[in-house]
Amino acid sequence: MTEPAGLTTKPVTFRGDLFLPRTRRVAGAAALVALVAFWQLASSVGWLDPVMAPSPREVFGSLFALARSGELAGHLAASLGRLFGGFAIGATAGVGFGLAVGLFSAVRSPGVAVVSALFPIPKIALLPLFILWFGIGEGSKLATIAFGSFFPTVVATYGAVDGVDRSLVRMGRSFGLSSWSIVRKIVLPGALPGILSGLRIASSISIVLLVAAEMIGANRGIGAMVLAAGNLMQSDRLLGGVVVLSLLGLAIAGLLGWIERKLTAWR
Amino acid sequence: MKLAASNITHRYGPLPVLDDVSLGVAEGEVVAVVGPSGCGKSTLLRILGGLERPDAGTVATEGAAPARSLNPITYVFQDFALLPWRTVAGNVRLPLEEHTMPESERDAVVRDALNRTGLGDFAGAWPRQLSGGMRQRVGIARALAVRPAILLMDEPLSALDGQTRELLMDDLIALHASGELSTVYVTHNLDEAVRLADRIVVLSRRPGRVRAEVRLDRPRGERRAGDAALVAQARDLWELIRADAAAADRELAR
Repeated sequence: MTEPAGLTTKPVTFRGDLFLPRTRRVAGAAALVALVAFWQLASSVGWLDPVMAPSPREVFGSLFALARSGELAGHLAASLGRLFGGFAIGATAGVGFGLAVGLFSAVRSPGVAVVSALFPIPKIALLPLFILWFGIGEGSKLATIAFGSFFPTVVATYGAVDGVDRSLVRMGRSFGLSSWSIVRKIVLPGALPGILSGLRIASSISIVLLVAAEMIGANRGIGAMVLAAGNLMQSDRLLGGVVVLSLLGLAIAGLLGWIERKLTAWR
Repeated sequence: MKLAASNITHRYGPLPVLDDVSLGVAEGEVVAVVGPSGCGKSTLLRILGGLERPDAGTVATEGAAPARSLNPITYVFQDFALLPWRTVAGNVRLPLEEHTMPESERDAVVRDALNRTGLGDFAGAWPRQLSGGMRQRVGIARALAVRPAILLMDEPLSALDGQTRELLMDDLIALHASGELSTVYVTHNLDEAVRLADRIVVLSRRPGRVRAEVRLDRPRGERRAGDAALVAQARDLWELIRADAAAADRELAR
């Protein structure tokens, strides 16, 4: 020992792990592949009953067969039409109403009261009513999806408008901008990130309602296809429909993410 | 154009913030308003430009604004108030979009304002890419673009670090060299006040009342940072408000 006693050096231990997980796209894709591979393995080894839980190969096989025959395209077209139609109506009205709630005292309290009362209703419970009003055809399904996507959009929009920096609005006023210019150039862009996250929630709710509505009263559409396959014990076809729904959800989330990146490039 | 506030009294709920304050700014004059924090300086400035309605008292302009002025009473804000989703040029262009003019003229006005504030090379940059000093230059360029007659500056240098503040101070002095801009300059920084102002209005602690007025005769261009005379003036001002500032510091926020 060259050092005098009592003067030992000791490195300071690192204690700065702040739980900041990093994004690794490859790892995400690998997890999905591994899940499907494990499922296939379980089927091949015989752990899974082929009637109750068909293998991925059978599921994708029936999916390709459905695609080749054009049956899938028909169902998908019907579903997409309802989904985008209903979502477009609900989201547009929701953003408009949310802006009004966020901007005007006259709309604020009545609007929030009505939204709070109607938001918790499971919208699918209203489908029978909408069938009475709009008939068993497309109208009732569009109304259910529109109604379901309207409320989360309203809540997200007025929350986002509340969050817009009022010093920016004051700046707009001080430079003599008209109210319309302030809404268009300051409030809307400032609220956009919040509105877009509301639209994500609304789009997921729309898919749920789409399938539920199609199971209750439709001949065409992914939901109707899944229900019919279940009634006939065609579990491969049933799961094929579920896979399509998963892909549909992923595609919409991807689309919204892309729009978000385009519109908020300034961030 | 002159601007005059008469007998302004204002309260936030039960809390009186301004008590019978009168303040005028003459053509081409730079008036600094100083006082301890919470004395209502910023409220007074908002009232001066019509952004807030006083409980009592009036604000009036006297004389016509220059014909080419697009926004006679124009603010420069402490937090810059730039739209983060617009580029530097887009932010300067914003107030011009309210006025009908040929697109080429709008471009020219934007370019001229950016060049005057040393931002010519940054027209396409986003605010988040800029330093605090550059952001405030954008705020100043935006104000210049509408050719104001009266500039209302709310602690424009308070969000900046000391070195940047010094650089921007020189810019502000140059800006007022022409003597065409009337300015009310609110600050808690006494050094800024003695560097820039023709006249300093000292407010008392809340509720703000005019406590003293100090006239500075030395031309702005001849004042240098650290001059003994300026330091002495700042110290005198500090003696005036020291007790108030200490009392304000010990007040509970509401």
